[in-house]
Amino acid sequence: MKKIEAIIKPHKLDEVKAKLIEIGIYGMTVTEVKGFGRQKGHTELYRGTEYKIDFLPKVKLETVVPEEMVDKAVDAIIGAAYAGQIGDGKIFVSPIEETIRIRTKERGKEAI
Amino acid sequence: MKKILSALILVGMFMMAGVAFAEDAAVPAAEPAAVAVPATEAAPAPAPHIDSGDTSWMLISTALVMLMTPGLALFYGGLVRRKNVLSVIMQSFIALGVISIQWVLIGYSLAFGPDVGGVIGDLSLAGLSGVGLAPNGTIPAQLFMMFQMMFAVITPALISGAFAERMKFSTYLVFIVLWSTIVYDPLAHWVWGGGWMMKMGALDFAGGLVVHISSGVAALVCALVLGKRKGYPAEPMIPHNLTMTVIGAALLWFGWFGFNAGSALTSGALAVTAFVATHIATAAASLGWVLAEWTHRGKPTVLGAASGAVAGLVAITPAAGFVTPMASIIIGFGAGVICYLAIVAKGKLGYDDALDAFGVHGVGGTWGAIATGLFATVAVNSAGADGLFYGNGGLLTKQMLSVAATWGYSFILTFIILKALDATMGLRVTGEDEVMGLDLTQHGENGYLM
Repeated sequence: MKKIEAIIKPHKLDEVKAKLIEIGIYGMTVTEVKGFGRQKGHTELYRGTEYKIDFLPKVKLETVVPEEMVDKAVDAIIGAAYAGQIGDGKIFVSPIEETIRIRTKERGKEAI
Repeated sequence: MKKILSALILVGMFMMAGVAFAEDAAVPAAEPAAVAVPATEAAPAPAPHIDSGDTSWMLISTALVMLMTPGLALFYGGLVRRKNVLSVIMQSFIALGVISIQWVLIGYSLAFGPDVGGVIGDLSLAGLSGVGLAPNGTIPAQLFMMFQMMFAVITPALISGAFAERMKFSTYLVFIVLWSTIVYDPLAHWVWGGGWMMKMGALDFAGGLVVHISSGVAALVCALVLGKRKGYPAEPMIPHNLTMTVIGAALLWFGWFGFNAGSALTSGALAVTAFVATHIATAAASLGWVLAEWTHRGKPTVLGAASGAVAGLVAITPAAGFVTPMASIIIGFGAGVICYLAIVAKGKLGYDDALDAFGVHGVGGTWGAIATGLFATVAVNSAGADGLFYGNGGLLTKQMLSVAATWGYSFILTFIILKALDATMGLRVTGEDEVMGLDLTQHGENGYLM
């Protein structure tokens, strides 16, 4: 099992979600986050003074998938979140040791 | 309490020194009775009577000026970080409580009681003793007292913009009582209560000196004595709610019609003159600030439009009853540009007047008082005087002198009050409290639960 974490632009969330459900991913967790990558932030202007705002609003989407689904899921996210501009986001894939469904106590793949 | 008392005594002693100075510098002996008609001395009046039109306008004006203080609370409240929004709103709102009572107990008497040496009123009206419903001009004396009370309330609240986000609330309360008693009340007496400036013939229609220069200069002193906020200027301290700030600015603009047009103390032509000048100057100032900022930084900001409006209101205050509409445009537009430049300069000078109380009120008020000496004309108000552009340079000299005296008086006495309070109660919250925010640490509340 792998966890896929995708940091994307907030307005791309619906498209990404739709694509992931389409390829058979059942669940995901979404968090509103702030951060910056190479694009850095932007400046704001208050009474003639410029302030640099480093942290921009993003959405972090997390989902855990079976090994064989990883490439499909990553492609789906890239396909939906891509705009070709700086700040489109990043995807991280990491291993997961165990998954347990609390209600049924199922473990592993069955619990995803 | 002892400490507070000793502070009071210290300041009282200094005031006596100030008194002596003013006596040297100033003018003829006192008239026995308080003349409570600011700026425009009414023509030799027939038997005093209460005029219902004047009284209704002054009731409305008084209520309008009252609304400026909560308006200021919103204006300032939106400009701070969210963890300090309540503390800043409270500093304005509580002034309605504290200064109203101070005014009844001694403030009104010190400002408008029978003149002592051109410097201060005596205490014969303390507790509003003898301040009844008999005519003062053409309105009941208590109405004049109430109208003036609203000015006394907003003035110390204006200063709070300088030390926002870091002053102890307990010290703040003592500070505004001392400041009102020692700085505001005598100044109000000088300009309006029959004191030396009034006798000298300096013009201040609605309180450019008394309200704006005095509070603005005090704000500068506060910023210097209290020091910078933790993290300033390395961390951005961005306004948390500019929509609130614009609502506050709009309420100030609205209330200012009472502030300036009410200062006619009648509902006639003079009130209309002041009303027109007020609105025109404010409109021009809003444009002036936005254009300056647009040129300088490339974007016309909403905060700029709101700040410019306040700067225009400040600048037209001393001039409102003496100038033509065209002069109002110049005064207002100038205020927008000058105050913008003052605030840009603040960034370079490095003091932390958090919400620009000095940059807007001190600088705008000074410009307005000088501009009155340039643009005033008896064609607008026969009880006023001609300014430099109407062939009378003498008025400008008087204006400069009154500005310098107000700067000096407010600067020195505010400094002494703050030093005394610093030595006794302490001015600032602890570093930890400052980081946590004053809402929680001073008031035990949160501005926002969402």
